[in-house]
Order: sequence, then structure tokens, then C-alpha cells
Amino acid sequence: MPVTELKFYQTGTFTIGNRLLGEEDRAGQSAANRANSLNCGHRACQGCGEALGARYAIDAAIRASKGQLVVANATGCLEVFSTPYPESSWQIAWMHSLFGNAAAVATGIAAAMKVKGRNDVRVLAQGGDGGTTDIGFACLSGMFERNDDVLYVCYDNEGYMNTGVQRSSATPPAARTATTPAMGVEPGNRFGQGKSIPLIAMAHQIPFVATASVANLRDLEDKIERATLMRGARYVHVHVPCPLGWGSEPSDTIKVARLAVETGLFPLFEAEFGALSGHTAIRRRVPVEDYLRLQKRFAHLFRPVVDVARIAHIQAIADHNIERFDLLN
Amino acid sequence: MQKPFATTLDPGSSLTNHTGTWRTERPVYVDRLPPCNNACAAGENIQGWLYDAEGGDYRRAWGTLVVENPMPAIMGRICYHPCESSCNRGQLDTAVNIHAVERFLGDEAIRQGWAFEAAPSNGEHVLIIGSGPSGLSAAYHLRRLGHRVTLCEAQPALGGMMRYAIPKYRLPRNILDAEIDRIVAMGVHIRLNTRIDDPVSEMKQSGCDAVYLAVGAQLAQRAYIPAGDAKRILDALSLLRAMEGDEPPRLGRRVLVYGGGNTALDAARTAKRLGATEAIVVYRRTREVMPAHDSEVREAEDEGVQFRWLSTIKKEEGTTFTVEKMKLDEKGFPQPTGELETIDADALVLALGQNVDLEFLKDIEGLGIEKGSVVVDSQMMTGSPGVFAGGDMVPSERSATTSIGHGKKAARHIDGWLRGKAWAPPARHPLASFDRLNTWYYSDAPKSVQPVLDEARRLSTFDEVSSGLDPSTALFEARRCLSCGNCFECDNCYGVCPDNAVIKLGAGSRFKFNYEYCKGCGLCAAECPCGAIEMIQEQA
Repeated sequence: MPVTELKFYQTGTFTIGNRLLGEEDRAGQSAANRANSLNCGHRACQGCGEALGARYAIDAAIRASKGQLVVANATGCLEVFSTPYPESSWQIAWMHSLFGNAAAVATGIAAAMKVKGRNDVRVLAQGGDGGTTDIGFACLSGMFERNDDVLYVCYDNEGYMNTGVQRSSATPPAARTATTPAMGVEPGNRFGQGKSIPLIAMAHQIPFVATASVANLRDLEDKIERATLMRGARYVHVHVPCPLGWGSEPSDTIKVARLAVETGLFPLFEAEFGALSGHTAIRRRVPVEDYLRLQKRFAHLFRPVVDVARIAHIQAIADHNIERFDLLN
Repeated sequence: MQKPFATTLDPGSSLTNHTGTWRTERPVYVDRLPPCNNACAAGENIQGWLYDAEGGDYRRAWGTLVVENPMPAIMGRICYHPCESSCNRGQLDTAVNIHAVERFLGDEAIRQGWAFEAAPSNGEHVLIIGSGPSGLSAAYHLRRLGHRVTLCEAQPALGGMMRYAIPKYRLPRNILDAEIDRIVAMGVHIRLNTRIDDPVSEMKQSGCDAVYLAVGAQLAQRAYIPAGDAKRILDALSLLRAMEGDEPPRLGRRVLVYGGGNTALDAARTAKRLGATEAIVVYRRTREVMPAHDSEVREAEDEGVQFRWLSTIKKEEGTTFTVEKMKLDEKGFPQPTGELETIDADALVLALGQNVDLEFLKDIEGLGIEKGSVVVDSQMMTGSPGVFAGGDMVPSERSATTSIGHGKKAARHIDGWLRGKAWAPPARHPLASFDRLNTWYYSDAPKSVQPVLDEARRLSTFDEVSSGLDPSTALFEARRCLSCGNCFECDNCYGVCPDNAVIKLGAGSRFKFNYEYCKGCGLCAAECPCGAIEMIQEQA
């Protein structure tokens, strides 16, 4: 076994760059010449997690594919804020699609590239949770089942945000949305069975499935870069807080994302061909209250009285994730 | 051909959409005052030299350090490091071992023979009286400012209390000599064995334009103790000074030390090393309120020094000392109880504090004295124009570090006075408090411990008790610094901006904001580990 010298670099790899580290050990986003695939002037809200997650992911895919990347974009926040006709913030080969068919459009692009013999071009489809877990789910499942050569990236902000914050099948239990108001006996979204697209993707036995968070850039970049270079259907699910829909402070976007990971509510893991192949351990475990309290969509859990039972229910979900994905080790 | 409007526009970039107009608050980069710098009585830029040391450039780090304090090897040993008590990392795990890194840099400078840059003499001539930490510091800074310096010392060697009161096991003399020699090598004119009785006429006679008084406080305070045989009673300063002579004083097997300050502990620990089987510190109050520093008390306890709290010494008869028990009243003052006991001892060392010898100042017109100290204004000048004073002579905390700070401050004011342009200290930045940090980003790393000399050797020799850090440990320790309130280019702001509104200017040049597009979300400020970004209201 090779002996590696243990070194300590003030912030280690927790920060995006670190002047004490070599260029190769810094995150791709620290580079002065990063692609900035999603450029300035886009109309996302202040502190938008999706805008951040999209730049992180697409920049990483561009790096991995050496610029040979075509992206199909599902309708949703991401498209509306980035590309209001005739302007666009995208500095990449980018293609508009409908709300529900981004996976199918990407499949078509991949087929066309194959016909043209362009093996070097990588194809990526991206969309929000509405376009992925609800409206585009049939196309997505088909893409998985056929093992088309596409990397699908879902930016999960847990609702239909640009149309006015309606519930999606990715909205967490108890969350208030326009369609699940905080009223009645059980205010907010009901405690359903949940719908985990990463686990559904795993059930298709595709080559690669991973979850990622804007709070852990290096983990996200690593997963996107590896996924970009693989062949076949791949899926990466990125957790992106939405200050507007979640009622959190714009400056707290990364903090909220970090707490989702540290509570266990958003587990970071990856799987190959249907089997779990890795997870990112929780560094400082915190109770779910810390996460819920920062968001007005959960305010009814704390006012006028603390809803002990439902908070315990959410904690149980987090605890189950921690156990299932072995997140403490 | 008639096209529908929706397809007539050429694609454009979103750069035409200046989202900066959305902003109600704007981020600005700030430099805040790290708590260590704020606490340092010598005014060191600790965060600054740790920053250099983090990169492994020890020469540069030492250079940054000595801009403020020319004696890091000494200070890294004897300073009670208030910087560490206030270090923000102390609230995270343990404070950065600042004094150990300072000492490492100081020792490295001695090993490598790093010298101070000689300054061209373009100024005036200043007389300094007293070569303790304050006088040496003033001499160094005045030389750097281009003035000629004559330094007078009554003793046969330079160093003041650092040589004649601080025991060798805390400050080895080769270290002391090396750092003093480096200052002298800047071209300071030295006059040893020279006691000045009239500073102002001496200043005029030697053609000087200003004088800095820095003789310290070296009259031992006495207590009235009825004694049959005063031979058994001596003061701590005489004991410690005698340690510099050829023949160590004889104290006997059982030694009492009366007092509760650091000097009392130095005396007790010295007595142990001179062969006393028992050294007992007698103090009229309790450990909690004793002025000695906790680290000193702990080291003394480790070496077997004993303590009698709440006790005063009433009288001496031969080898029998009568001790009265005290109790603290509600105000915390010790009150006699009338309960007496006796202790047998061979000697009593008095360590009851020190006073300033004011005798040589009596002829200086305008120089004010209050409560036994020399009165100075905010520029360290006494009531007599051109006569400055600092260190233990003026009201202060009376530590070597404070004295070094006084020397620097006085030098800058003397320079301003001589050049007819008063020196104005730069405005202090607001404090970088712990709540401004985002500690998530710092690696977990507890403090590295300095090796300590075996107790057996400590009890029999004057070898230095604690040793230095090796280079890799020093580097590790430097990198534990959180860089509170000062950008260390971690790229977080650049990375986390959802709007690409942070421009990276390259290594060493930090960043700037692109206010054309910054929406003012505040993510950069929230995710800055060290609190170097502030959100301020936009003006309407």
C-alpha cells in the first residue's frame, strides 16, 4: 500500500479553491477561465439554487467533454429565466424542448450524432423536477429502458416554481405550496409514499445514477464529470434550493442545501447498474428542525405550536435515509 | 418574404440584461481586525504573518512580523499571548498556538541569520535611556525611520528585565543575545554601564534632539515584616538579578516566596532549581484572583512549587515565620482573621511588586508624575517637550509585550515630532468577531502541542522548559489560522455566485464584484469562511 503524507491545508477541500492546493486539487469552478456556460444577465431570482446548480453541472460536463457537448433543455424555471426570446444566457450548443420531452429530444440528438459518426460529442438533457418526475417521466423512463447515450440531469427544487409554486411529486411532506396550503388538520403537502427518481432510475439498471447538491461542489463536479464520459443512460439528481418557493433567505441557499444533506433528508449516493456503489458521509449531523426552520414553507410546523408528531415523522424519514445509505460512515 | 414577428429577431446574449438594477443591498470586500491583532499589545499583524507562514514562506512571514516587533524569538517565549486567549479558533476547537509559530519564525531567523535592513540615516539623533524591551523596540523603529540612536544602559549588558528578571529556563540567553545583536547591528550606538542622572542635559550634551525614557520599574516594593535577622529576607528582583552573576545565591532547603504575581513564581521556580526541596508561595488572596498567569501557575505546580492561599506573613524570628490566615470580604479584599500559624523556612523572598525609580527625573521641567508613574500624552510625550517615556514607567499593564508596543508607538511619534508632522495612527478596522465566520469550511484540527522538558531535568537545571515546533508542525499550526476578517482567496465568493458577478483577479489580487449583474443575493457574504464580505444598503 502506498504511504500518503497527511497534509493540512487550512480549509482543505471544503472551499471551492484554496491557494495552498495545486490547481489540480481545486474545484473546476475556481478556475478564472471556467466555461461560465450560464452567463450573467439571466433572470433567475436572487440566490437561485437552480441557476447555480446548472452552471456547476454544465461547466463540469463541458470540461469533461472538452467542449463537445449538446444540451436539450426541458421547459421550466431554468428555460424561462435563461432564455426569454430572443436572449439567452447559455454559451453552449443548447436546444429548447417541451416541458415533457427533453429526454426524448436528447435521445434524438444522440441518435443523430451516432449517424454522423460524432462519437466525441456528448449529449445532456436537463430539466427541473416537474419536467422530470411528473410531466417528462414517460420519456425519461423510455430513455433509461433503451439505455440511450444521454446524461439526464434533474435540478430538483421540489415544486413548480416559475408558474407560482405548485406541488410536484418531488415536493416533500408538510411543505406548503400554492396547491397544498397550510390549512386544515394536516397543513401542507400530505405524507405520501414519496417518489425517488434516483431509486426508480436504479430500478432500470442503467450504468450510472447519482445524487448531488449545490452545497457540495466537488462531489457534484466529480459525479457529472464521470457521468459525462460514460456511455449509455445516466442520471444525476441535483438538489437546488429555491428561495422563492421555499421561503428561505436568498443568502441561505447553500446553507439550506447543506442542511438537507447534513440532516439526512437529501442523501448523497451513487449507483452503477442498479446497485449502490458509494455514498458521501454526513460530516456534522443535525436534527431536521435546523433545516425546516429556515424555510417558510414549513413555518406551520412551528407556529402557533410546535407540531412535534409531524416533525418526528420527517426526522424518521431522515433517520431512515441515514440507515439505508449508511451516511454516518 | 413576410416572416412572423416571433422569428425575426436575431439571437442575443443575456448580457444586455443588467440585473444589477434589482439590487437593494450590495456586497463589498472588507478587511476586518482579527481578534489576535486586536489583543496584541505590541500591535503585531499576527493574521498577516500567519498568512505568509501558511504558504511555507517563513522568510516573508518573519519579514511581516518584524515590521511591528523586532524580537519574535524572545516574544514567542515570554509573552503571555493574549492573542491566543482571544483567538476565534478557541471557540471552534482550540486556539491557534500563535506563540509557538512566532517562536519558530524567530528561531528560524536566528538559524538562517536573517538581518534587518539598514535604513539610510536622514533624520535626527535620539537618546534612549534603558535597554529593556521598550528601549530596544524604540531603537529598532527609530533606526528604520532613519534616525540615529544612542542607547544608554546602566547595567553591563543590554536587555533590561529580559536579562535581569526573566529566568533562563524561560528565555535562554543565546536567544536574547541574538535578537539584541541584530538590533544593535542596525547601527545603534551603545553605552553600557552608563547611568543617566539628568536626561535632559545628557540629551543636549550628546547632541540629541529627543529622548525616550524607558528605565522600567525596578525598585522592589517592601513590606513591613518585623524581623530578627534580615539576612534571611531578600527581594525577588535581587534574587533573579543575582542569577546573572557568577555565583548563584544560597537560599537553603525551604524557601518562602511572598506575593502572587509572575515574579513570585519565577522566584519560586528559581529557588527549586537552586536546590530548595520546598518552595512555598504565600499569597494573601486566592488562585482565582492572583495576577500570575495560569500557565505559569500550572508549570510551577508541575515542578512541585507549593501554595498557601489566603495568608500573610506577620513576622520572622530566626527560621520561624508567623503566618496569618485571611478571608475575602464581600468586595473580594482579604481581611485578617487573627488565626496565626508558624512555618519554618531558611529564606523569605519578597515578590510584592515593583516601583519606578523617579529620582533621576526630578530636574525635568514640566514632567508630571502621578501615582508613582510618569504621565504621558497620547503621543507618549511627557509634559517636557522632546522628552518621551514608555514601558513600565508609564501607567500600563507592565509586560514585555506592552513595552515593545510602547517603544514602537513612541518611535513613530518621536519621528513625527522631529519631522514636524505628527504621526496619525491608521484607523482601526472593525473587529472580525466569531459570529461573522462560516466555520463549516475549516478543516477540523486540534492544536499541536509543544514538547515539554522532563520534570526531573526541570528541577535540577535551567534548561528551557518548553521547546519549539519542528517545521512541519509549525506549518500545520499556521494553517489552523482562520484568517478572520481577511480574504485568503479560497474562491468561495467566485464559485457560489449564481450570477457570475464575481471577477477573479488572480493570485494575490483577490476579487472584485461586477455590479452590472450582481443581484445582491448575499450568498457570497454568507459563504465567505472568514467574514471578509459585507452587505451594505444601496443608496436610493
